[in-house]
Amino acid sequence: MEPFVLGFYFFSILTILPALMVVLSTNPVHSVLWLILTFFGSSGLFILLGAEFLALILMIVYVGAVAVLFMFVVMMLNINFKEIKSNLTKYLPLGILVGLVLFVELGLIFGDFIPELKFNDNNHLEINSEIENTKQLGLVLYTDFFIYFQLAGIVLLIAMIGAIVLTHQRRKDVKRQDILAQIYKNPASSIELKDIKPGQGL
Amino acid sequence: MIELQHFLILSSLLFLIGVFGIFLNRKNIIIILMSIELILLAVNINFVSFSFFLGDLTGQIFSLFILTVAASEAAIGLAILVCFFRNKGSIAVDDANVMKG
Repeated sequence: MEPFVLGFYFFSILTILPALMVVLSTNPVHSVLWLILTFFGSSGLFILLGAEFLALILMIVYVGAVAVLFMFVVMMLNINFKEIKSNLTKYLPLGILVGLVLFVELGLIFGDFIPELKFNDNNHLEINSEIENTKQLGLVLYTDFFIYFQLAGIVLLIAMIGAIVLTHQRRKDVKRQDILAQIYKNPASSIELKDIKPGQGL
Repeated sequence: MIELQHFLILSSLLFLIGVFGIFLNRKNIIIILMSIELILLAVNINFVSFSFFLGDLTGQIFSLFILTVAASEAAIGLAILVCFFRNKGSIAVDDANVMKG
């Protein structure tokens, strides 16, 4: 067997089976771990397809950031997961039916699908096998797709701000420094002068 | 020989597992968010396999932007989930009924 074929089947199994386990597993912590395995499998597929940069970015972004974020949230929320899974069988037939119908439809479409190579010369970015993938992506990402690249950065910034605004809470029981109150404090309001006679207490 | 169709079938399978997960886990928004990640991953596989078989780099660039959006979506979704849990004390979809929708 060719290594490409072998790799394809190996990594597809490594993608599909963990993905099923993500959906079916009873414990969300296990779900997150299966999700990480799914990302490993698909990043293997990306390497097979010659997209090394994307494969490694998938590892860094998904496994390193998104999966860890999920793990944080799963462990931070105190949820009774036993209760949650109790009516799984109620939705199982409907889910299987919808999934099966969609899969058959997509299979009918893709089964004898042959893409036609029709490119406008202006927007065809041919993959050059002599330059490595990362460099090639960088060459177009910082020039032709510059605006989109910047917009992606703005999307991430807004997401970060949104996440902070949504989850930030002011706690009443924590003493904080109030800088304005400190600035507007003056001797008249904060110092009290007492004239104490000798030999007497206050 | 592995053709484009194989990759398309694979990604549609992954997509459907994601849809299936949304149907199945109605009581747990965390798993619904993970299913959305699976769906986006299926789309990414689609883009990258088209990029490979057509010899065009644009698919990989699109996939990169999808990755960005998926990451920010996960962050916002989980933030909303944390807020929801603070207010309601549960993460079931059925409990999101304040707006009577």
